[in-house]
Amino acid sequence: MLSWLERQIPKIILAPTFAAVTVFVYGFIAWTAWISLTKSRLLPNYDFAGLIQYRRLFDNPRWDMAMGNLMVFGLLFILLSMVLGLWLAILLDQQIRAEGLIRTIYLYPMALSMIVTGTAWKWMLNPGLGLESLVQRWGFDGFRFDWLVDPDRAIYAIVIAAVWQASGFVMALFLAGLRSVDGEIIKAAQVDGIPDWRIYASIILPSMAPVFMSAFIVLAHLAIKSFDLVVAMTGGGPGYATDLPATYMYAMAFSRGDLGQAASSAMVMMMVIFAIVVPYLYSELRAKHD
Amino acid sequence: MRYCAIRAVMAAAVLAPCAAGAEPQAEVLHWWTSGGEAKAVAVLQQEFAARGGSWTDMPVAGGGGDAAMTALRARVLSGNPPTAVQLKGPAIQEWYEEGVLADISDVAAAQNWEQVLPQAISAHMKCGGTWCAAPVNVHRVDWMWANAEVLAQNGIGMPASWEEFNAAAEKLIAAGITPLAHGGQAWQDATVFETVVLGIGGTEFYRKALIDLDEEALGSDTMTAVFDQMRILRGFVDDNFPGRDWNLATAMVMNGEAAFQIMGDWAKGEFLAAGKVPGEDFLCASTPGDGFLYNVDSFAMFDVGAGDAREGQEILAELIVGPSFQETFNLAKGSIPVRSDVSLDGFDSCAQLSARDMNAASDDAGLLPSFAHGMALRGAQAGAISDVVTAHFNSDMSSEEAVEQLGRAIANSM
Amino acid sequence: MTDQPVPLSAAPAGMRVTRPRLRRMALRAGLYAMLAGFAAFYLLPLFVMVTTSLKGLEEIQSGSLVALPREITFEAWSKAWSGTCTGIQCEGLRPFFWNSVAMAVPAVILSTLIGALNGYALSHWRFRGSNILFGAILFGCFLPFQVVLMPMARVLGLLGLAGSIPGLVLVHVVYGLGFTTLFFRNFYVTVPGELVRAAKIDGAGFFRIFASIFLPLSLPIVTVTVIWQFTNVWNDFLFGVSFSQAGSQPVTVALNNIVNSTTGVKEYNVDMAAAIIAGLPTLGVYVLAGKYFIRGLTAGAVKG
Repeated sequence: MLSWLERQIPKIILAPTFAAVTVFVYGFIAWTAWISLTKSRLLPNYDFAGLIQYRRLFDNPRWDMAMGNLMVFGLLFILLSMVLGLWLAILLDQQIRAEGLIRTIYLYPMALSMIVTGTAWKWMLNPGLGLESLVQRWGFDGFRFDWLVDPDRAIYAIVIAAVWQASGFVMALFLAGLRSVDGEIIKAAQVDGIPDWRIYASIILPSMAPVFMSAFIVLAHLAIKSFDLVVAMTGGGPGYATDLPATYMYAMAFSRGDLGQAASSAMVMMMVIFAIVVPYLYSELRAKHD
Repeated sequence: MRYCAIRAVMAAAVLAPCAAGAEPQAEVLHWWTSGGEAKAVAVLQQEFAARGGSWTDMPVAGGGGDAAMTALRARVLSGNPPTAVQLKGPAIQEWYEEGVLADISDVAAAQNWEQVLPQAISAHMKCGGTWCAAPVNVHRVDWMWANAEVLAQNGIGMPASWEEFNAAAEKLIAAGITPLAHGGQAWQDATVFETVVLGIGGTEFYRKALIDLDEEALGSDTMTAVFDQMRILRGFVDDNFPGRDWNLATAMVMNGEAAFQIMGDWAKGEFLAAGKVPGEDFLCASTPGDGFLYNVDSFAMFDVGAGDAREGQEILAELIVGPSFQETFNLAKGSIPVRSDVSLDGFDSCAQLSARDMNAASDDAGLLPSFAHGMALRGAQAGAISDVVTAHFNSDMSSEEAVEQLGRAIANSM
Repeated sequence: MTDQPVPLSAAPAGMRVTRPRLRRMALRAGLYAMLAGFAAFYLLPLFVMVTTSLKGLEEIQSGSLVALPREITFEAWSKAWSGTCTGIQCEGLRPFFWNSVAMAVPAVILSTLIGALNGYALSHWRFRGSNILFGAILFGCFLPFQVVLMPMARVLGLLGLAGSIPGLVLVHVVYGLGFTTLFFRNFYVTVPGELVRAAKIDGAGFFRIFASIFLPLSLPIVTVTVIWQFTNVWNDFLFGVSFSQAGSQPVTVALNNIVNSTTGVKEYNVDMAAAIIAGLPTLGVYVLAGKYFIRGLTAGAVKG
């Protein structure tokens, strides 16, 4: 027989986390929600002012740009990282010599902060300094690669660097997934003479649905929080063509002393996150319960 | 004290000054972290130490102080503000309105700041009639730098009007030289923009448009003409300018790839560091038009109660405006002293020109705060304008549309 | 994981002979070429950083930024480590390194430990609302950190932890809990419930079961969590710059002070060397523990 106290141990263990999350996540969201309804400037001010900040937000062309960029960036980033990560994982799963070395090379970008690697990317993608001028010096005069300085394409240049950073990690997730697939099934299929690509397509990948889910969540989390990358590579430019909600929010809160405006943008961002994450959490928890 | 006790228990590793010694203390938040600038601040620390003070350095670089401002907010909200903070222009007033600045009028009176500082600049240092900040230097923003050799080869002088500049630029393009070295970052676009506003509209227009935010001036034909000139300037810039750091643009002028750069006088430091001589290798002149756009760095004094920190604050304020620091600091930084009674003998010709122009402009109301460097407007309004300016410069937006967006953006930022 | 992975190419010998040998070799060559090509793509930025850091300043100012150094010098490296200015102090990154260690080590240990207990409780000691609690914790992973800076500053001030390393540790533990709990919970969920039930019948309590059944299994997932947390905490700049003060600034803030000065003369070689030095601990962790990382992921973290 367990005593009452002993039965409460799991709750006691979780209590500090519960308290921390209540205050530091939900309390702070509530605080932000309130601030978004005020005219706070430099520092928080708690006088209610209605929805004026949201009106200002939706009236600002820069915010439209930031949200549009998040859609383009998020979609491409998640998609390309998944595809590349999966492809690399499959390649690496072919009994490669020096697998450890290659894996480390693919994985290391995740270890470095973008404050650091952003500058290198900025140089490489700048047509005057980097790849374009290099290839032209090799004699290919017609070579153009000027996305970073083109307001309509700069966001794609950011996607390249972001994919570079995260795809190795996704590769690791998928590689791990591939390795946890039951070997007996694969052997049986091979004995039956089914070609490799079909084994992947109809046996292995479908069994990795949870891995796709994990990868999606990690990538979505990175996409939404993308900030350093933009700051280091373009500073939001050319113009504000590569602004993202996170950089918008930061600019409003900290360089412009427009806290209320920043809070309203944070709330809109949070709603977007909510719309993406909650269905996932729901399905995740239900699946586990069955 | 409670704070110190807790910290002493919790954080053995922290080196912060908790010991309640009798020496004046100062924790200084600033964003001067690179070689030359850092050495310039170190001079202040040495003078402070010579007066028995203990200086705690809190440097945070990045984005012209954005990161430092983030840190400052966190510090103020946590009830633990630094003693002195590098703040400038209207931001000082904004912080004052939050009720967190200290009054250093005693020091100002004792040191006679009222007399030695130009009127326009001392106005920034006062909060509701009392002094709350100490000015460090005057950067001139409306400078035009040029490669002397390139200009001579193409038979071009320093332009005195924007028409002359445009004509010279056409000549340079024909000669295969980029006329204007420019880095496409919002603040650099804004820097060029404000010099064009000053050059085309004149000092009165500048004041109305960028300081008073006068709707009529902002929507005027003059403003359209300013954006027209910005569009022309865009044609004088090479295609790879977006995101380029200003110092790489300076390097383009230095090695003759480009002829001109419009940038504040910190650009001089790059030329000098590369061993170039003003007047011989590179030329400096104000951008076309009258007036003088200043960017004054200053330290705002935060309310730290009475005690060692307060004592340190007063000594610091006195030293910052003192003639000896003004001279050594500005020699190292490339700017000019704020006080008019410092000898300029040791300064280079560009700095001397800057000081002469400042005195002249001070007399005829042409001494104007730079909008691009946060001297003229509060953050929200300055940011709204610079959003439009940078969006216009980096797209094919028409001047009329830019003027219209300008009006909307400012209304939205209020 | 007791099963050995079965890579596809380890096909039964009988199959291999049916394929033309030449075609197989060409395929292998193509495979390696592709892997090498991707490796080049991933290494390129590092290559640019390393070559720049080995150049002299004049060479950078005069020449192309993306080119091999004409003359190799390690001056920038020693300057970045112990000579360059990060403020009025010109002692390089060295003094800040210790701050980062003092912050990262406790933060990683605490958040891993709490995450493990949370994950254990949430997976095998379910109670009413435990799933909702888990969902609520997970949602915290997605909170953009810019949002929490100001209220957090206030809370740290109230706790008397403002500007101190313990304050930074607290922040990192709190915002690391979401992921660490997720990792451990998804790992422990794969442990059969019968084991726990049997142990309970034998009279073992919460901690005994944890220590005797779960802890011995946990090495792979601990590795994953530690790598993840260490990378995040070490590389963090936003919290570091907001919640530190003189004397407690982590290395990323110092790096920022070197790289992002606005009006000073830029020394790109020192910037790059500093960047690499600041990244060495995390790089080292990935290189040394990378193998276990994949193993740990294989052993359960990805089954979520």
